Amino acid sequence: MELADLNKLLNSELTTKINSSLIENNELLVSTESKNLHSVLLFLKSNTQCKFKQLIDIVPVDYPNEEKRFKIYYLLLSHENNSRVKISISFNIEEKIPSITKIYPSANWMEREAFDMYGIKFKNHPDLRRILTDYGFNGYPLRKDFPLTGFNEVRYSEKDKKVIYEQVKLEQDYRDFDFDSPWEGTKYMKQIKRENKNE
Amino acid sequence: MSKKKKTMNLNFGPQHPAAHGVLRLILQLDGEIVEKADPHIGLLHRGTEKLIEHKTYTQALPYFDRLDYVAPMNQEHAFALATEKLLKIEVPIRAQYLRVIFCEIGRILSHLLNITTQALDVGALTPSLWGFEERETLMTFYERASGSRLHANYFRTGGVHQDIPGDLLKDIGKFCETFPKTIDDLENLLTDNRIFKQRNVQIGVVTKEDALAYSFSGVMLRGSGVPWDLRKSQTYECYKNLDFKIPIGKNGDCYDRYLCRIEEMRESVKIIKQCIKQIPIGPIKTVDGKISPPKKEEIKQSMEALIHHFKLFTEGYRVPKGEVYCAVEAPKGEFGVYLISDGSNKPYRCKIRAPGFSHLQAMDYLIRGHMLADVPAVLGSLDIVFGEVDR
Repeated sequence: MELADLNKLLNSELTTKINSSLIENNELLVSTESKNLHSVLLFLKSNTQCKFKQLIDIVPVDYPNEEKRFKIYYLLLSHENNSRVKISISFNIEEKIPSITKIYPSANWMEREAFDMYGIKFKNHPDLRRILTDYGFNGYPLRKDFPLTGFNEVRYSEKDKKVIYEQVKLEQDYRDFDFDSPWEGTKYMKQIKRENKNE
Repeated sequence: MSKKKKTMNLNFGPQHPAAHGVLRLILQLDGEIVEKADPHIGLLHRGTEKLIEHKTYTQALPYFDRLDYVAPMNQEHAFALATEKLLKIEVPIRAQYLRVIFCEIGRILSHLLNITTQALDVGALTPSLWGFEERETLMTFYERASGSRLHANYFRTGGVHQDIPGDLLKDIGKFCETFPKTIDDLENLLTDNRIFKQRNVQIGVVTKEDALAYSFSGVMLRGSGVPWDLRKSQTYECYKNLDFKIPIGKNGDCYDRYLCRIEEMRESVKIIKQCIKQIPIGPIKTVDGKISPPKKEEIKQSMEALIHHFKLFTEGYRVPKGEVYCAVEAPKGEFGVYLISDGSNKPYRCKIRAPGFSHLQAMDYLIRGHMLADVPAVLGSLDIVFGEVDR
């Protein structure tokens, strides 16, 4: 099924459930609310024309300046129809997101990662522990307000004869340059060239 | 009086030769039967995604070598494709062929390591000695093209870094003639080997439905009989011009996955041979001077080239606003990059979809009810590399 047809189908079947849908870069993005997430995913998984049986990944994103700070993309794949679709939800920092482990068992670790990296909480998740960071780690590393260098570093102390945690000491600050220069990409240059030719 | 069942918890790893890296697996054992497995990962977590958010697109690329360090260029490929999709640029045909050649070399590298270490885990030493010799040859090809054996940093947005030295293709061609013999030798050692079969047949069986539910991809999916390969079904680069088959398993056990990998290596050799025959002469990266850096001799001659060179290596290029998902068929499965650009010279978000992450997640499902001795066999056939699982 073509993406445009799929888009049409979703819009007619799930009119009340989805906020918007668009096709960009040959990818279909459907945005919905967290309360409708389950029904949208269940439809996509079970509908005979969709059959999105595989959850490829869960992509959380942090937009600190927006009213609804977090966004999650669910990437789905249908082997039968050879098509992909992206479902997105936006939500506040306090909001709890319904876990989709019941629909896609593989969401388990992906949601744990989202919890670990962004502090997103999931309702009814069977085992919401940290997954990639150290035991006893504090903070959410992939949030935009978390510094790249982190807060603590680990080293072996010769004095105490054990591994100790201490505050990060940097010999030199991380260099973050400001690149707001007038130099732009290709389009801009092409435009100038075209204008010069026309003159 | 009823006898109370006593289970034992066993720590498998983090330093264990059969854990293929730093995996801490907490096994709950009833005698020798595994009742529950809880993998603790993240011991190799380096925050790749965070680092990429703070680097320009050019600087972000080498991080992909360090994910699945067994087949580095396949990872770079996914990122290069994603940026190219956002920039809407075409890759010259010669670069496409070069990419495919090195991706298939990466596939052989990865499968060789996996098959031989899996054999090592179940008690066969010789395959690893034979296989690693071939890997060495392949890594020399990597070195001759890119300058380094492992962390190649060879693929760039819009093409590849530089053209390959003149006689490299000839030598790769020679390798393609001799290598099938090595595969035969490996098969002689393993395929009908009684011990190898006893350790792998009917171990770690995955049904079709479960393979889909657990987000398996690559050999893990094909071993269970799902005919799915991104090179065929969602084709990219010049794979559509090449003729190759997708080997598919039947039973979904460790042994079928091993057979799939063996056949895939043969197919990869076929692909490389075709590429060598078809590869045209031409540019190896996009001619757009705002994306690919100028040649050294141009810098000496032209002021504009000098400025471009400076700007590209300090500021980098800007990528238009947007978000894309690009996936390649890496040796371990579907390796994807979800790239969100805000129009600046750094990615706003770069989510890496590592196939091993989903595969390891199913460890509990795969090993439950098996014997303790089957843990290394199952782990070996999952083809886990911690660089990509932990990111």
